[in-house]
Amino acid sequence: MGEHISLTVNGAVRELDVEPRRLLVQAIREDLDLTGTHVGCDTSQCGACTVHVDGKAIKSCTMLAVQADGADVKTIEGMANGDALHPLQTAFWEKHGLQCGFCTPGMIMAAADLLANDADPSDEAIRHAIEGNICRCTGYQNIVIAVRAAAAAMRDGAGAPAGA
Amino acid sequence: MTDVLDAPTSPLGKPIKRTEDPRFITGEGRYLDDIKLQSMAHMAILRSPYAHANIRSVDVSAARTMPGVLAVFVGADIPYNPLPMAWPAGGSAGIQNNVNTPRILATDSVKWTGEGVAAVVAETEAQAYDALEAIAVDWEPLPAVVDAEKAIAPGATQLHENAPNNVVFEWNVGDKAGTDAAIDGAEVVVRQRIVNQRLIPNPMETRGDIGWYNPGTDEYTIWMSSQTPHIQRLLVGIFTMGIPEHKLRCISPDVGGAFGTKIFCYADMALTLFASKELGGRPVKWVEGRRENYQSTIHGRDHITYLEIAGTRDGEVTGLRVKTLANLGGRLSTIGPGIPTTLYARVLSGCYKIPNVYAEVTGVYTNTTFVDAYRGAGRPEATYVIERAMDLFAAEIGMDRAELRRRNFIPPDQFPYENPSGLGTASGGAKIYIDSGNYEPAMDKALATVGYKDLAAKKAEARGRGKLLGLGLSTYIEVCGVAPSKWIGAVGEGWGAAMWESSNIKVHLTGKVVITMGTQPQGQGHETTYAQVIADQLGIPMDDVIVQHSDTQGTPFGYGSYGSRTSSVGMTAAIKAAEKIKAKAARYAAHMLEANVEDIEIVGAEYRVKGSPDKKKTFQEIAFALDLAFDAPEGMEPYLDETAYYDTPNCTWPFGTHIAVVEIDEETGVVDLVRYVAVDDVGNKINPMIVDGQLHGGIVQGVGQALWEGAVYSDDGQLLSGSMLDYALPKASRLPTLELDETVTPSPVNPLGVKGVGEAGAIASTAAVSNAVIDALSGLGVRHLDMPYTSQKIWSTIQSAKGGQA
Repeated sequence: MGEHISLTVNGAVRELDVEPRRLLVQAIREDLDLTGTHVGCDTSQCGACTVHVDGKAIKSCTMLAVQADGADVKTIEGMANGDALHPLQTAFWEKHGLQCGFCTPGMIMAAADLLANDADPSDEAIRHAIEGNICRCTGYQNIVIAVRAAAAAMRDGAGAPAGA
Repeated sequence: MTDVLDAPTSPLGKPIKRTEDPRFITGEGRYLDDIKLQSMAHMAILRSPYAHANIRSVDVSAARTMPGVLAVFVGADIPYNPLPMAWPAGGSAGIQNNVNTPRILATDSVKWTGEGVAAVVAETEAQAYDALEAIAVDWEPLPAVVDAEKAIAPGATQLHENAPNNVVFEWNVGDKAGTDAAIDGAEVVVRQRIVNQRLIPNPMETRGDIGWYNPGTDEYTIWMSSQTPHIQRLLVGIFTMGIPEHKLRCISPDVGGAFGTKIFCYADMALTLFASKELGGRPVKWVEGRRENYQSTIHGRDHITYLEIAGTRDGEVTGLRVKTLANLGGRLSTIGPGIPTTLYARVLSGCYKIPNVYAEVTGVYTNTTFVDAYRGAGRPEATYVIERAMDLFAAEIGMDRAELRRRNFIPPDQFPYENPSGLGTASGGAKIYIDSGNYEPAMDKALATVGYKDLAAKKAEARGRGKLLGLGLSTYIEVCGVAPSKWIGAVGEGWGAAMWESSNIKVHLTGKVVITMGTQPQGQGHETTYAQVIADQLGIPMDDVIVQHSDTQGTPFGYGSYGSRTSSVGMTAAIKAAEKIKAKAARYAAHMLEANVEDIEIVGAEYRVKGSPDKKKTFQEIAFALDLAFDAPEGMEPYLDETAYYDTPNCTWPFGTHIAVVEIDEETGVVDLVRYVAVDDVGNKINPMIVDGQLHGGIVQGVGQALWEGAVYSDDGQLLSGSMLDYALPKASRLPTLELDETVTPSPVNPLGVKGVGEAGAIASTAAVSNAVIDALSGLGVRHLDMPYTSQKIWSTIQSAKGGQA
């Protein structure tokens, strides 16, 4: 059925046949069984579905799967390297940057995009960078602290795992 | 009696990293929509586009022929009862509740936009939604009413035959004659109409269910995003479908936030189970879309209140009279009437010693989504009323707001305190009282932190920058740890059910411990905090404890997690189970050591003979021996496996002072929250890191109500704030760093001395921000303004106050 696409997801090449209307998030969750990427709304507000496409954070509910043909996609499942957590994952855990955990994967992916471009962001910059990601549990406070802590750890050499 | 000494090291009270987090930070959480079952089909629900209409007919014939469609259902196909309503307004003689609850699918009429009318089950979700569009409903639209005051006015459209004038109930509490006399004779009376606007709760995960009927055993299983798997066996199973508890297994997987919305019984639960049976046992999944969530999951708040506060010119508050209209929606949700009565009006006097309090509450049907418990549930509304009232009264008599509060606090030597709005007079003879409190130190700490004495200078400085600075106080209390069964279960007052909790502890051969319970986490970190409590109790490492929950198969019965009750009620049950484990382990240690049990002392995980420090057995040695049971004494059962049930003797009463500082841009009307100071007293803390996180989230939800959030209906009942695009949720960039501090007054009600913290932030913060905004505008003559304080509303208010065109 539908269109044939080929994309790299978390380092592995995946071949899929998808309906033209299939969203990238549906392909990730339903066809590839990577359920760490969540759907929290239907209007591209909440950011729970944030993944990286060709190195940039995007909301995967806002992109058709066919548009990702040939792209390099990274999801939350691709952030750790074996048992070595990404510094953002470590920081979210240590700083209590999550409660129910539903927004967390998208929040981490959005923050990773920020840190790729700004190694030492101010709190204001962090709060601006996660503007498109809604969390209803934490009041954002410990998320901001976690992103700041991850930035510090990465500057101190706790580099992202290979490929992150 | 066996002596129990303190464990040498304990995780209790420490900011321990959460044990549940590794799965969430790696994408390995398992929420409802992450579950795929063999042969699973997908369901979509057709929802009413009208707020009020009769259904002449529903034609599903075309939908049945659509690709992938397995079944289409309408209301007449469903043989079940309407949903149960478990908490009528009660407590006084003669209170009548005119009950109308949703059917699984509407049959004759709809009462709000979003009420379910038909359902399609198909091979894929997309096919199910495609087929919805082929269903033809012949509607007879009727006039709609969305405002509670308009709904009870003469000539309003009528929703239900058994609810004349759209009244659900008329309820009252307190001493009417005494309060009337106090207000009539008072030196000063201040009156104000205030609106506590309707909110859409917005947990980040919407609801959903997977229903599965097993034809081989005639048993049902439902996976659902729910706070209350155990009581859904009653609500969905026996009360709605007629399936007894032992034939229905309820499982809550990881729940992505709930905030009250997932306590309740919803039609979709029974619908997926029904559909699975109709399909001969194929599991049927339904996952709510966000826009659907805005219409078909409960809303919160929505009160119109007329308050009167009376007292002396020197600041003694002598009377509070309140009349509230509570908009409960088009039909009643599970405990809708209980929120604006028991959980609101009975705590209206807050932390103040007001001798005369009287409240009348009218529940009202309107053509809107049903309203039920949203984070705080009645107590945010009560706090908003009393904290606005105190500010209004202070302004009227020209007294400092903090001094007025100080003058009227319940003094610390008067606890336990029975408040006059009726907690102490609950039916069933149960005495409910405010257990403990010491309100001034928390307020003084917050005032010092925010620099209250320099407020005038701060306002002048801001004025120089074109900003109106305002500061708002909220000195709140709340009732947590709900609740003694004899109170909440008393006929005519509460659930019509109990509110105890339970816990089971099993100790395996190797000394590893499995604890299960009837409560259910939705982000609060119970897997960590239960393990902290039980590791402390048994003197073992946290790594040796695993916490399992949320599946009615394998956990003891419980009423679930809401009302900030898990730590005070649920964890006390767990402690009682641990005490039974220790008592049996001590008996067996005495047998192994050839000592009397009275001579065994427990130090951490060691069971020692007093006076003979070398004679001892470890918890693990005892567990091993009792599991093998080669040498069990006569009459002792093998294995360490104990269950305890706990019914709390009282609720718990957190309190504190929250202070918000806002700056309003005079030119644009934009309100910036520039500081937020919170001093909370939640008693002892099991994990202070988690406590802070609960406060952060609660505070920001309350800030959201004050500044941004509000459900908006058109006059004909369309939900205009119908998606996340239209409903303004708090964003990170609009918030300051919250400044938290504490006082600690342990609760005398439970052995941990905890009070509960899940709702405190949301209960306190709305009033603090509201009072700050009105303080900022007070120089313009503004005495009160209803929320939310959007820039448009503030700009218009400023322009009007200045005599300009608004």
